[in-house]
Amino acid sequence: MTDRVDLLLTLADDELILGWRNSEWTGIAPFLEEDVAFSSIAQNEIGHARALYELAARELGTDADALAFDRPLEEYRSAPLVELRRLEWARTIARHWLYETADAIRLAALKASDDTELAGIAAKIDREEVYHRIHAEMWIDRLVGTEAGRARLHEALDELWPYALGVLDDDLRPELVRRVEEKLRRTMPAVEAVSRGRHEAELAQLHDEMTMVRRSAPAGARW
Amino acid sequence: MTARVFEVFRRERAGAAMQHAGSVVAPDERFAEIYAREQYGRRGESDALWLVPRESVSEIGEFVDEFDLKYRRVDGYSIKERLKEARAAADGGARSRDAVSAGEPTP
Repeated sequence: MTDRVDLLLTLADDELILGWRNSEWTGIAPFLEEDVAFSSIAQNEIGHARALYELAARELGTDADALAFDRPLEEYRSAPLVELRRLEWARTIARHWLYETADAIRLAALKASDDTELAGIAAKIDREEVYHRIHAEMWIDRLVGTEAGRARLHEALDELWPYALGVLDDDLRPELVRRVEEKLRRTMPAVEAVSRGRHEAELAQLHDEMTMVRRSAPAGARW
Repeated sequence: MTARVFEVFRRERAGAAMQHAGSVVAPDERFAEIYAREQYGRRGESDALWLVPRESVSEIGEFVDEFDLKYRRVDGYSIKERLKEARAAADGGARSRDAVSAGEPTP
């Protein structure tokens, strides 16, 4: 497997798993408009995953669905941050914002890549991510605007910070620290990152649910 | 959440008129923009949106016409009523003539 495929799968798995996690809010988000917006963001992430899987699939001689649903759990490259099941709004927003901030750094690096196809897809994804970042940032601003919101948000950010660092490779982490600290106007704790390579226990249940329909269908079924 | 209502106007294509699309409930303009974008723009159904806080909308909901000045209405003279009257008059006349020929007293 080439480094390029490995990178594509890493990005795709992050987007797929986060899209799936965010979609767990569909129907139960804090209010109707947010429900629609957050579900739409979840769909976008899964759309990005599909585009990335398709590029990888071309090199591997398979298809996007097979990469998304037919691999064993251990082969997913997703960061532990996106795997966490956190059905609580302040944590969801904290994760959403930390991920979008990290993802923006990663996409900016990819957009500058010599691989024009990779740079192109990164630019395309980033044009949608702009709105995810606006959405995440306005929620951060809203939550820090009240005592209760601020307390809950910072608690969530502290908890998720080691996971957020784990989304990026070592070389890009200092930029994440800089952006997060600048926005929050506080120092983030110097902690060990929860990096890729191991999975959160919650992922098993998600993987099971996510692949259920496909597993139940006879081989060669067409959708 | 202190909710505010924003009325959303939608334009289907450049040059077309803005039309009321619906509304969104949001805590402020920033949220309203994102929500309107998601609800009225994500399927490519709009080429522009306007957001107007409902409190900025002046509403007129009463139109007094005490003297029934129908001729000022957009459809001009409504001839529906007058046609009905004319028909009733014609029918009445016909019935009167029938009554005469039957030897009944004229009303």
